[in-house]
Parts: sequence; structure tokens; C-alpha cells
Amino acid sequence: MLDENKPRKKPLVQVKNLKMHFPIYRGILKRQVGAIKAVDGISFDIFEGETLGLVGESGCGKSTVGRCVLRLYEVTDGSIDINGTDIATLSGVELRAKRPEMQMIFQDPQASLNPRMTVGSIISEPLDEHMIMTRDEKRERVGELMDAVGLARRFADRYPHEFSGGQRQRIGIARALALNPKFIVCDEPIAALDVSIQAQVVNLLEDLQQKFGLTYLFISHDLSMVRHLATRVAVMYLGRLVELGDAETLYMTPRHPYTQALLSAVPHPDPAQAGNIERIILKGDVPSPANPPPGCTFSTRCPRAQAKCKQDSPKWREIGEGHFAACHFIE
Amino acid sequence: MLNYTLRRLMFTIPTLLLISFIIFIILDMAPNDPTGNLPLTIPPEVREKIRASLGLDSPMYIRYLLWCQQFFINEPLNLFNQWFGWCVGDCEGRLRVTSWATRSPVVDLIAERMPQTLWVVGMSYVVGILIAVPIGVISAYKQYSWFDQIGTLISMIGFSVPTFFTGVLLIVIFSVWMPNDSVFWLPSIYDTTLKVVDWSSFVQQMRQMAMPVMVLALFNAAQISRYMRASMLDNLSQDYVRTARAKGLKEKSVLLVHVLRNSMIPVVTVIALGIPQVFGGAIITEQIFKVNGLGQLLIIGIQGADIPLVQTLTFLFAVLIVLFNLVADILYGFLDPRIRYE
Repeated sequence: MLDENKPRKKPLVQVKNLKMHFPIYRGILKRQVGAIKAVDGISFDIFEGETLGLVGESGCGKSTVGRCVLRLYEVTDGSIDINGTDIATLSGVELRAKRPEMQMIFQDPQASLNPRMTVGSIISEPLDEHMIMTRDEKRERVGELMDAVGLARRFADRYPHEFSGGQRQRIGIARALALNPKFIVCDEPIAALDVSIQAQVVNLLEDLQQKFGLTYLFISHDLSMVRHLATRVAVMYLGRLVELGDAETLYMTPRHPYTQALLSAVPHPDPAQAGNIERIILKGDVPSPANPPPGCTFSTRCPRAQAKCKQDSPKWREIGEGHFAACHFIE
Repeated sequence: MLNYTLRRLMFTIPTLLLISFIIFIILDMAPNDPTGNLPLTIPPEVREKIRASLGLDSPMYIRYLLWCQQFFINEPLNLFNQWFGWCVGDCEGRLRVTSWATRSPVVDLIAERMPQTLWVVGMSYVVGILIAVPIGVISAYKQYSWFDQIGTLISMIGFSVPTFFTGVLLIVIFSVWMPNDSVFWLPSIYDTTLKVVDWSSFVQQMRQMAMPVMVLALFNAAQISRYMRASMLDNLSQDYVRTARAKGLKEKSVLLVHVLRNSMIPVVTVIALGIPQVFGGAIITEQIFKVNGLGQLLIIGIQGADIPLVQTLTFLFAVLIVLFNLVADILYGFLDPRIRYE
């Protein structure tokens, strides 16, 4: 069949061996005594027009990955290819010129908006910086963006504190859209919102994706929301990816023991059924990312861990069609 | 905002009346004697007559009410008379608040002294702010760099070394050790009679202001730069700064538009609250450099037990402090949109 020879969809974002180590300084002379390995060598692709969900428990390095991918941090090692340019090594000026293509929606819609700027100026500031537009054009563009995210245009002269959490997140989304980006990192955009508003914002994100052909990296710890939104899902544990695959496949047949444990923790919507789920309870705490265990980082808590796991780090390999995992015991 | 301001202004009236009464009580309880500086050969009954002629024989509340009448009614009427030529009531024989030591009206004394204080102390405040803001911004942006460390050291020196030491040190360096014909030689005594008419007298004015301004500017800059640095550090780690970077703004815009503007809110308050001190004069520094400003006037008044003078000066400082507190609050409302006064 011809279809089999058709190349796969083009990756928009290619991350290779990304590392982000934060140095730890101690003592009077402030000598570096170690590093927090927040992200320790992860690789993934994001295809054009898809949503890659990134899940994991608190402190596993999800947000750090998101910030590194947009180079809001100076990465320690690795390459981040966005639309053909490796942004990990770009200089300041070149990086700024690249910013319009890649944007971010932040977790805390209150703190991430400058309290002293009106909504209109928050949204139009990127236009001042990157485009040559007249005042009227800018006003019109701000109006369009506010329409697109469902905010009334008359709110343009108000300040962020005058809005509710959901509305503020819409301001943040309008701001991110201002420059027609291709790729948006959504860093837990719904975590600070209550449930009814979460659904509105997620639906808005989906509508905007269809309308503008956006590509998302959706970072969340809300597994059900990721299942609803994501095309593919990556699972992170202690600075490394443990499994990545199509959302449906991964949720139906998780292969990595950590993914299995994580998914078994999702509450069942039907209380009658809820008792029947066998939960995998992990023992112990997440090890410190400053001093990760040797071998497989999950070996200290893994129900299937054996001697080999404590010595050899499992390879990141393809275990099925577009399905990757890092575990010694997956066939 | 206007309603708020008017309401606050209304509240200042009873506040200030209370303050003036408290000042009066404190001065009345002070164990000093306006005749204490007179020669010891004056017999006690003559002293008693002198005291009676100053009005000290009447009860305290009568003297307070008299001062109130002189200060709150007669003095403003007199000002109107001098400025606009309007004459209400008895313009010639009206009783004004009069200094016991010099027998001249206190308000005239203050008006004579004000320009020197505003020039020297006011200039030092402006210079201090101009130095402090950039130091604070750079120290915070490059936290723990050598610039920050040196800035911290200088601030600590400015904070901890008293002005009577730095003042004398500067005099020793620039007036004593420096040869008289050098361009860096500076006069250690402020000449009030100097009139700025041409370039050379202007240069001379600048030279005689240089040392007192440096001493006070160091002290002011030390405080304000610390506030600026702390406020900048606070804002630099805020999420909206990351948003600004993600927008792809120039680092300059991120720093000056987003961070600096937000950091200025507490600093502007500190600056506004410090302005009454400018009018108060720097008592010690004026004394060292012989600047005959308000601070020196207050010292002379206290030494001579010149109660009307001290009462009026102290009360005027109180008025300025209350007013600039209000100014700081209103500025806060303008600078921070989250604060609304209704």
C-alpha cells in the first residue's frame, strides 16, 4: 500500500538528550558541591498540530522541561530543534527573533501578569516589540485576540486583579497568541482553576488549536484531562522519561510499572466500580534529584525491581508502533 | 480619589491640633528657663519681671490658646497681607508668634533660613536618589557580583558612619590637606551672603555646597539603594517577569519597564516619607558646615529656651510629616492599580 511508504508527520519540535542541572552551592566560599538533576537527558518529538501531554508527579521536572524547551532557562546540555532551528545555542538577539514562533501559557494566571499593566497593554506588548503596527491596528488586533479567547473588548483598559481566575487565564492565552505562534507550551494552565472553569479553558485551548493549527506541549498532573486533550502522552519520573506513546494505547495498556502505578491512581467516575480497581501503591518517597539512585531511577520504588535494575540504567527504546519506554522487563 | 484626599485632609486638622498641644505640654514641662542665659548679676525679682513680660506668668492653657490664635489666625492673615496686600482687621498691631531671643517674628526667621536648607539638604536628597536608584537596580540584577558587594559595603558605611564623622573627614581632606590653590580645595564654611549673579559666583556656590551635599547624599543613598535593591530582588523573581521574557522582550524592557516600574512603588513611598526630613534640615551637618538653615535655627532655639520658636518649628515639621504621609498614600494609589481609595 502507498500509505505505508508515506513519511510520518513532520516533527515541529525535536528535543534530544535535554539536560538541566541546577548547581548547589554550599559553604563560606560558595563552592559548587553538586547539582539538582531536574531534567537528566530526555528526548522526544512533537509533531505539527498535535498535543503532547507531559505527566508526572510533583517535582519530577515537568515544568522545567517546558521552560527549557522555550529556553527560559539556560540548558546544561542537549539540543532543542524548533521548526528547523536549534534554539539551545542561539544568541540573545536571534533567540528574541525566534520568540514569536513559540510561546507559553503559565500556571498561575495571577502572578504571571504584570499587576501594573492593563489587559490591553499586556496583550499588545509583544506587538510593540516584534511588529510594526499603527496604534489602531494594534487596538484592532488586541480586540480580535480578546474575541478569540472569549473576553469582552471593553475589558481592555482594566487591570488583571479585576478579573476572576478563569478570565485571567484567558488573558494569558490571548497574550500567548498575540504573535501567531506555531508552538505553545501550556505549563499546567488549569491547575490553579476550579473544575468548572478548567473545562472551559481546556475547550478553549482545543478550539484555538483547530482554528490556528497550534501545536501544544501540555504539562499537567491531571491524568484525565491529559487523556481528553493529548494526542500522545509522555510520562516523566525524576527528571527522565519512562514511557511515551499514543494517548489511547498508553492509557489502555501502560507498559512501564511507573505508568501502571500512576494510572491506577486515577479515580473512577462510577462509585460502584471504584472499589473494583486494583490500586498499585508505591512504597517510599521520590528520591532526591540531587542524588538519584544508580541504575534505573525508579528501582527504589518499583514493585518489579531486581538486582539488575540497581546497576544498569534501562535504555529508552521503541517497544511498539511509536511507543517508547525505559524498562529492562518490557518485551 | 478626590473624596479620599479631602476626607484625609479633614482628619489632619484634629490630628495636628492634638500634636501642637502635645508639643506645647512637652516644651512647658521642659526644665529650661528663657532667662537662664542672662548674666548672673540680674537679681531674681528682675528675672521674674522678664518672665512676666514674656507671658510666662499666665497658666499653660492660656498660653497655648494665645499661641493658637497667633499661629493659626494672625500669621495666615499676615501672610495674605504681605503677598496680596489684603488687609483684614488690625494689620499693624496684630500679635505674631515672636521669638523670645531675637524679638522678631518666628515665621520671618524660618523664611530667612528656608532657602539654605532647601538648597543644601534638598540637593543632597536629589543627588542621593539619583545615585541610589541605579546602584539598587544593578546590585539586584547582578546579585552577589563584585558591583553588588561593593555597593553593599558602601551602603553599610553610609548607614553606620555618622555624618559628624564623614563631615569632619571631608573637611580634613578637602579643606585642610588639599592645598588652597588646588581646584579640589573646598571651603568648609558655608557663606550665606553669597549671591549667585554670574558664572564664577555660581561655581563658588557649587563648591561651598559640595561637601555638605556629599555627606548627606551618602547617607540618603545608603538607605534608598537598599530599599531599591530589596524591592528589585523581590520583583525579579516574580512570574510576570518570566512572562515578559517569554514575550521576547529586550532585557532592557524587561528590567526597566516591568521590574523597575513595579519596584518603584515601595521606594517612592520611602522617598516621599523622607521629604519632611529635608525641610527639617540635617541638624548636625548644618552645624558642621555652618550652614545657617532650619536645623541650626532649631538648635539655637533649644539652647536659648526660645519656646515660641521651637514650638512653631516643631509644629511645622509635624505638619510636613502628616502631609507627606498623605502624599505617599495617594502616590501609592496612583502607582499601584490594585489599591483603590474609596
